[in-house]
Amino acid sequence: MDSAIKTGSKTLENNVTSSEYVLEIEHLKKSFDDKQVLKDINLKLKKGENLVVLGKSGHGKSVLIKCIVGLLTPDEGTLKVFNKEITNLNEDELTELRRRIGFLFQNSALYDSMSVRENLEFPLQRQDEPLSEEELTPLIEEVLEAVGLLDAIDKMPSDLSGGMRKRIGLARTLILKPEIMLYDEPTTGLDPITSNEISLLILDIQKKYNTSSIIITHDMACAKVTNDRIMVLKEGEYIAEGSYEELENSEDEFVRSFFNSTN
Amino acid sequence: MSQPSTNKITTAETIAEYLPSSFQNFLIELGSMLQFFIDFFKNLFKRGFEWNAFIRQCFEVGYRSIGLISLTAFIMGLVMTLQSQPTLANFGAESWLPGMVSISIVREIGPVITSLLCAGKIASSMGAELGSMKVTEQIDAMEVSGSNPMKYLVVTRILATTLTIPLLVILSDAISFCGSWVAVNINSTMSAMLFFNKIFAAIEFKDLIPSIIKSILFGFAIGFIGCYKGYNSSKGTESVGVAANSAVVTASISIFLIDMLVVQITNLLY
Ligand SMILES: Nc1ncnc2c1ncn2[C@@H]1O[C@H](COP(=O)(O)OP(=O)(O)OP(=O)(O)O)[C@@H](O)[C@H]1O
Ligand SMILES: [Mg+2]
Repeated sequence: MDSAIKTGSKTLENNVTSSEYVLEIEHLKKSFDDKQVLKDINLKLKKGENLVVLGKSGHGKSVLIKCIVGLLTPDEGTLKVFNKEITNLNEDELTELRRRIGFLFQNSALYDSMSVRENLEFPLQRQDEPLSEEELTPLIEEVLEAVGLLDAIDKMPSDLSGGMRKRIGLARTLILKPEIMLYDEPTTGLDPITSNEISLLILDIQKKYNTSSIIITHDMACAKVTNDRIMVLKEGEYIAEGSYEELENSEDEFVRSFFNSTN
Repeated sequence: MSQPSTNKITTAETIAEYLPSSFQNFLIELGSMLQFFIDFFKNLFKRGFEWNAFIRQCFEVGYRSIGLISLTAFIMGLVMTLQSQPTLANFGAESWLPGMVSISIVREIGPVITSLLCAGKIASSMGAELGSMKVTEQIDAMEVSGSNPMKYLVVTRILATTLTIPLLVILSDAISFCGSWVAVNINSTMSAMLFFNKIFAAIEFKDLIPSIIKSILFGFAIGFIGCYKGYNSSKGTESVGVAANSAVVTASISIFLIDMLVVQITNLLY
């Protein structure tokens, strides 16, 4: 499935210069009170690449991507997005940067007092040059069509199912045409068919908008479909990295256990 | 807080160690309120005011409270008059009644009761609404999409209460007078003309200004505390309830504190 994309990016792997990384994380550490959640994270994301991050529940995956968008401040380490150190940015620069990053929340985080249309308009109307109503409509319809939910346009989030909410959440981030997408468990809690649709959607987005993505998941089917590269976290530490096939046959018991559960 | 084992203990740290932890928490809370206050003003003057949200909030805060405020104010004026009428009659001072009612309502009871009602109705709903938006990561979602939640959610709400609560106080004062006039006519008769003449004759400019300033401050406090508690609530469902609850308590206490301060200051000035 879509092996062309995978092999395409694999050939790049050998000779990349630092400017080809859209995201560089080195020695990232983060703790809450006495609990060290991220111990030493190193991660680099290439342009146009889908990186899948695997890890057990509660091992700091959500914390990691919240650090990337500056929702949480890391204690130590460097975190460069588009070659800019994120902790040094002022408020306006951070806002500017955040508009180039899409973030799909683990539980969608739709604005529940607004309809789907208003949810999608919300970020667009708050850009430096707000768009008019006539300019907004085609954009909204485009992203809703991309996620296959055009008929939900006037519904309220409370009237949507979990899977639909995930897709609307996805549409809301896509509408800003992000260069980096951060997916926090895009398929968790969905049936296998919907999960697969979302996985394919993620691939589509990668192709269509040439986004680089970090996909956090413990759904191996999703990982298998979307990955260009997989990274495994354990208790806030990086433990392995490689292609799906490489990790499937890994020496490490913990790494293999992810793959065993599906087969 | 500080680690006793380290050699370099600053005086501030030593003092902090001897303070009871509830007082430390109070200071921390005060500090983060101050930070929120500064953030509010920073965002107040940022480009692109959220007019639509502001008008909707004025509607929510003001218009939707009119019924409650009117009913309470009417009963308040009525009961106050009924209660004080016999006493005043004993002294043959019944003709002072409208003046007494108008002064006590304008100076004190109108603003304080109206604001306390609003603290219960508005501060709690703001605390709960923003609290649940925080818990469900909606505020985080606004932040990461580069749309300023402080400006959209907080600035509009605080301005709405600051503007509409003084208006509600004026309405409540007027309706209390009507209630009082009705009460006067239960036991004896007094024409509306005479009653309202006496009411307005008793009010002086120096009664009005502190009362309006007080109402503006109450309005600000209600919006500010409701938003602060909701916006800074911790994660978890029970924290929504905690936010709503502590918003009401803190707002009510600060209404009395502000009241006390304003009364002291006006007494000094006049
Ligand atoms: N804001 C916070 N304050 C305190 N502790 C936190 C906070 N956010 C996360 N944690 C803690 O950090 C740890 C990692 O949380 P995180 O949400 O990153 O897990 P996760 O890997 O995303 O798990 P899941 O797969 O269940 O989403 C948890 O133990 C959690 O209690
Ligand atoms: Mg998570």
